[in-house]
Amino acid sequence: MNAANILTAAIANSLRSKLRTVLTVVAIVIGAFTLTITSAIGTGVSNYIETQIGAFGAKDVLSVTKATDDTGQGDEGPAPYDPDDAIVGAGFAQFDAEALTEEDLAAIRAVEGIVDVSAVQQVNPRYAEYDGHGKFILGVNDSATLTTPDLSAGAPLDNSGGEPQILLVTSYVDALGFADEQAAIGKTIQIGVVDYLGEMHEVNATVAGIQNETILATGAALNQALLDELHTTQSVGRPQSASEGAILATARFDANATDEQVDDIQTALAGKGFAAATVADQIGIIQTVVDAIVALLNAFAVIALIAAGFGIINTLLMSVQERTREIGLMKAMGMGAGRIYALFSAEAVFIGFLGSVLGAGAAIAVGTAANGLLAGTFLADLEGLQVLRFEVAPVATIILIVMAIAFLAGTLPARRAARQNPIEALRYE
Amino acid sequence: MSDGVGEAILEAIDIHRSYGRGSSRFEALKGVSLRIDEGESVAIVGKSGSGKSTLMHLLALLDQPDDGALRIDGVDSSQLSARQLNRMRNQDFGFVFQQFFLTPNATVLDNVVLPLKIAGVSRRERKVRGMAVLTQLEMADKAKSKAVNLSGGQKQRVVIARALVNNPRVIFADEPTGNLDTGTGRLVEDILFSLNKEYGMTLVVVTHDSELAARCDRQLFIRDGRAVPATAISGAPA
Ligand SMILES: Nc1ncnc2c1ncn2[C@@H]1O[C@H](COP(=O)(O)OP(=O)(O)OP(=O)(O)O)[C@@H](O)[C@H]1O
Ligand SMILES: [Mg+2]
Repeated sequence: MNAANILTAAIANSLRSKLRTVLTVVAIVIGAFTLTITSAIGTGVSNYIETQIGAFGAKDVLSVTKATDDTGQGDEGPAPYDPDDAIVGAGFAQFDAEALTEEDLAAIRAVEGIVDVSAVQQVNPRYAEYDGHGKFILGVNDSATLTTPDLSAGAPLDNSGGEPQILLVTSYVDALGFADEQAAIGKTIQIGVVDYLGEMHEVNATVAGIQNETILATGAALNQALLDELHTTQSVGRPQSASEGAILATARFDANATDEQVDDIQTALAGKGFAAATVADQIGIIQTVVDAIVALLNAFAVIALIAAGFGIINTLLMSVQERTREIGLMKAMGMGAGRIYALFSAEAVFIGFLGSVLGAGAAIAVGTAANGLLAGTFLADLEGLQVLRFEVAPVATIILIVMAIAFLAGTLPARRAARQNPIEALRYE
Repeated sequence: MSDGVGEAILEAIDIHRSYGRGSSRFEALKGVSLRIDEGESVAIVGKSGSGKSTLMHLLALLDQPDDGALRIDGVDSSQLSARQLNRMRNQDFGFVFQQFFLTPNATVLDNVVLPLKIAGVSRRERKVRGMAVLTQLEMADKAKSKAVNLSGGQKQRVVIARALVNNPRVIFADEPTGNLDTGTGRLVEDILFSLNKEYGMTLVVVTHDSELAARCDRQLFIRDGRAVPATAISGAPA
């Protein structure tokens, strides 16, 4: 027996078992707390992203634009000026994109696998008003027809019917003067739109539902009937020669198409000078970023876990050392090695259980409080985002994993205890 | 050596035991033979370091001899499985070690009933039997105290209570009265010998105390790892 052993035993003896257990549990609590928090963030964020993806329900749609050099200066030098290329004004100017002509639409339709193509109609309503409660600027989600809205009240839009319908985002409920979300459903609001000559017109629309604002789809969603009506109204007085200038077209393909077939369609469109992206492509970029963040958080959690595992091994080894004589005595009095092993393993598992339950409980308490705080302050704009999401399965998994780690960590000390020779153990001082 | 008191419960035949390896190898027992009959009381006497504890541990099946044989109830100990050895130490043997080996933060009662706990005796019966043996040793009022708070003599009595609680056939006691004042020492001796007389409990006592050794049926003198005749030990009891 060396000096270090004597020292450890002396320290362990001075600490007594209660404090030792508390310290071990605290180490595990910290690990379990970290794990629970990181996993909850992972769950919360991917859950949110999933809800967002749900907002883009259409799986059989490509959004198609003309492929352009962003700066007009590609690898081959400046692009030659083409007087036929019309630059679209209004809200799309910042994209500096080329408008799609009828020929373009025909070319897209000609691509093998494309079932249908339609130019996305651009409408620019100015305001919305309900029952004289005041006018509010109305933002519109142009690609709303492609998405499944994250409804908080009411029903989705009816695109086949003739009634003009609108899905408002939640923040308009109060502003327009509705008592609550339910009160808004079925009411008629007025939408102001300016025609080509600058004259303001009002168009009536029925509120079909209220939707949560999502990061991928912002603004009110309009059904086809309302879009048509607004478009007709804003086109009043438009000269025949003026280009209509849609820059975005949606192309449908067979919903049963395989990934390879979709790739082929995209390649074919690229060959003709179009950029085509599926909804999944667009979301994939966000998903990749989120996956990377979650992976990073998981890495931290694993580090915490490893640290906690070593903590368990260390403290249990200390415990075995401290109780060497007790173990020796029990063996002398006829306790079998298997039972000694089980005794220490069970103790390890129990310590793991205690630590993980306390850690997970603390994480849930702190996380819930943090959620309330975050949702009320700087995440208020992201409706439906619960940063920390605690679910039974992952929390139970963490508890089981920590207990399994505690068991594994306990095997080494337990084996050491079980193998002790009673006489040697009783000689231990 | 058979004197007709009873059957041989323990028999050692030329047992050797050495510690360490190579140059630090030390032979603690250099061939000891002895036979202990059921119901006998035997004192193992000798100077410090002569190998008394080593011999007692071997007889109590806590250790294996390097050479020679041990028989328990006529069965060679090497024939017994680990389970059988454990059962025998748990049910048939009672131990008083040279040190107390009490769990300091556990209560006196919990310390005393440890062999019963290992045997799987129910909590209620453990308590009844534990309290009975504590009463016998005049320690019942300390049953709920933590072992760490006892005096040396009280600890020794707790240790003896622990050795008796399972009603063993053989008691192995290493200096059972070494830490006690004359009065308490007497009490412990009286209990051990009355159990020996009344219930035929076999006693194997390691001691320096010549008076205690004299009360035993027989004395085995050990010097430098060998059994020697009484006359070879200076100052040995007659
Ligand atoms: N594990 C061990 N390793 C090395 N040497 C040992 C070991 N156990 C005992 N010894 C040595 O064997 C010899 C006999 O020891 P033992 O404990 O049997 O003596 P003892 O007669 O009981 O002495 P005491 O009356 O002081 O208790 C001693 O010299 C001791 O140093
Ligand atoms: Mg000794």
